[in-house]
Amino acid sequence: MAAVATTGKQKVGWGTANTIVVALALIPLLWIISLSFKTPAAITDASFWPQQWTLSNYFGSTGILDTSTFIRPLLNSIGIGLIATFIAVVLASMAAYAVARLAFPGKQLLIGMALLIAMFPQISLVTPMFSIERALGLFNTWPGLIIPYIAFGLPLGIYILSAFFREIPWELEKAAKMDGATPFQAFTKVIAPLAAPGMVTTAILVFLFCWNEFLFAISFTSTISSRTAPAALAFFSGSSQFTAPTGPISAAAVVITIPIIIFVLFFQRRIVAGLTSGAVKG
Amino acid sequence: MAEIVLDNVTKRYPDGALAVDKISLDIADGEFVILVGPSGCGKSTTLNMIAGLEDITEGELRIGGKVVNNEAPKDRDIAMVFQSYALYPHMTVRENMGFALKLAKTPQNVINEKVEEAARILDLTQHLDRKPANLSGGQRQRVAMGRAIVRDPQAFLMDEPLSNLDAKLRVQTRTSVSRLQRRLGTTMVYVTHDQTEAMTLGDRLAVMRSGVLQQAGTPKELYDRPVNLFVAGFIGSPAMNFMGATLEEGSLRTAIGDLPVSAPLRQVLERSSVGRNVIVGLRPEDFEDAALVSADNRGFGVTFHATVDVLESVGSDVFAYFSQDSDLSARSDQLADLAADSGADDTADAEETVTARLDAATTLREGQDAELWADLRPMHVFDPESGRNLALEATAGAAAS
Repeated sequence: MAAVATTGKQKVGWGTANTIVVALALIPLLWIISLSFKTPAAITDASFWPQQWTLSNYFGSTGILDTSTFIRPLLNSIGIGLIATFIAVVLASMAAYAVARLAFPGKQLLIGMALLIAMFPQISLVTPMFSIERALGLFNTWPGLIIPYIAFGLPLGIYILSAFFREIPWELEKAAKMDGATPFQAFTKVIAPLAAPGMVTTAILVFLFCWNEFLFAISFTSTISSRTAPAALAFFSGSSQFTAPTGPISAAAVVITIPIIIFVLFFQRRIVAGLTSGAVKG
Repeated sequence: MAEIVLDNVTKRYPDGALAVDKISLDIADGEFVILVGPSGCGKSTTLNMIAGLEDITEGELRIGGKVVNNEAPKDRDIAMVFQSYALYPHMTVRENMGFALKLAKTPQNVINEKVEEAARILDLTQHLDRKPANLSGGQRQRVAMGRAIVRDPQAFLMDEPLSNLDAKLRVQTRTSVSRLQRRLGTTMVYVTHDQTEAMTLGDRLAVMRSGVLQQAGTPKELYDRPVNLFVAGFIGSPAMNFMGATLEEGSLRTAIGDLPVSAPLRQVLERSSVGRNVIVGLRPEDFEDAALVSADNRGFGVTFHATVDVLESVGSDVFAYFSQDSDLSARSDQLADLAADSGADDTADAEETVTARLDAATTLREGQDAELWADLRPMHVFDPESGRNLALEATAGAAAS
């Protein structure tokens, strides 16, 4: 990156702009964190930070981490996310390999359809899928969410992974063939290890998608047996039917969001590399 | 045994393009054969067909007497070294070399033994546990060869293995390849576009052009007795000089004078449907400074005058470049191919320049009108239409009668 010489005035200008943008992003997050540490009575008081810090929203009789109404959805999120990610990455890598290496009739059609699925508005699929899942008995089950997540995660995976596979020289597979490998052995022993960064990136992005997904989670589940965490938030009940459970909701939001933030901060380079890998050659 | 026989092998692509046209070549067991030719002549395609990486459209490929057209590469028991080496980046040198044996489920101790033996031959022992990315070009090339050696195959196939190395390293590695082949005694089929590499390394060369085999023979055969214009101009550096000539009154009129024609050659010229215009070929070493030619030898050639355009001294020889009258310069599609390959078609007036290699004792100067002598004994005469070497047929005819 070329260093742009900035004068003092420009530095002040950029500094102000950066501060505003960061503030806009951070303030809502900090607010939720602060709400999660407030007692129910103090929720609507005008102070940004709690006067009285309390862990009652997290632990104890009103705490979310001590009741199954949140723990179970959290486990559902993790389980569904991991399974959907795993299957999506495996299928996407095989499809991406075919797309990157082979020329078969209907290839462009296939790529076009994959892109179409990714761009399709999810809301229009909710009603028909609801009926289908009920008919198939998938309603309110883990597979009922895993299958749509795989379907929506595949186009992303295929796109990223085919860019990675294209970077791997054709001659490596020829060399493996000469060494006596079957195509499957060439794929698993030579190509897949080299595409591992791409697979990790795809896994991260698909997992994030599954974790944050809300629409299907509330539409295709009815009890906490398979409801995921973001959806469960929507069904929290307060201490009485007249109070909004802001405290527990904030605490739940923190529990859902913070790990993801740490995750993304840790892997941010990879994620950016994965998304831009196909853009510039070499 | 491991002789490889190509019997009218043809490769035609689905869109109709003919990459290799009925090539027939017998490669004896333990022989070092080189496929050489300009880019696009089909030599790499032929090699890939022998390897099994490309399908054979027509014809038969026999390895060790067995027809292997439909066998997978691993069943043909041949190893290949690629131009870009194709080393597995995520494996160490040891793992790269042992990969084929591991796939064949060879016991680990046997693998270790073979890998270490090959590493010793190639001087790679201290690099065995490093990854390819940390090696130099020459070391990577040796690992690629090691990967092939470890398999102890019936034949080695090499696709321009030295072209990614710098010039000095290329020369060193060339001799090590030669020594290796002699030491192992395995059949080797080598592809290159560099005729110097071909001449120095091969037991036999096969020159290809546009998918057709032009001539196969020892380097000396191809140099002294090329069967056509293309082989004559491709083999030998600096290349053979070609001059247009017309047959008049029993002698060939060229830009350097009237060249007497021997009786057998005159018969061949008159018998064939060649017409008046032919192409005369003389190698740079067939020329000499007339002042340095002894009286005994003068009779074997002709003397002529020419203005020396450029004079290059390399210490052991002096190269003199002079132009010939462009009306009579040689034209032929084989020559056009050669010019395209050497880049001469992009250089101004390269067609009309004649290169002469003179003894270093010459006192000629640039720009001087010099008297030069051309030895006519090794002169070649070609038919511009077909490119055939008519002088060869004359000597064959004279020898027969």
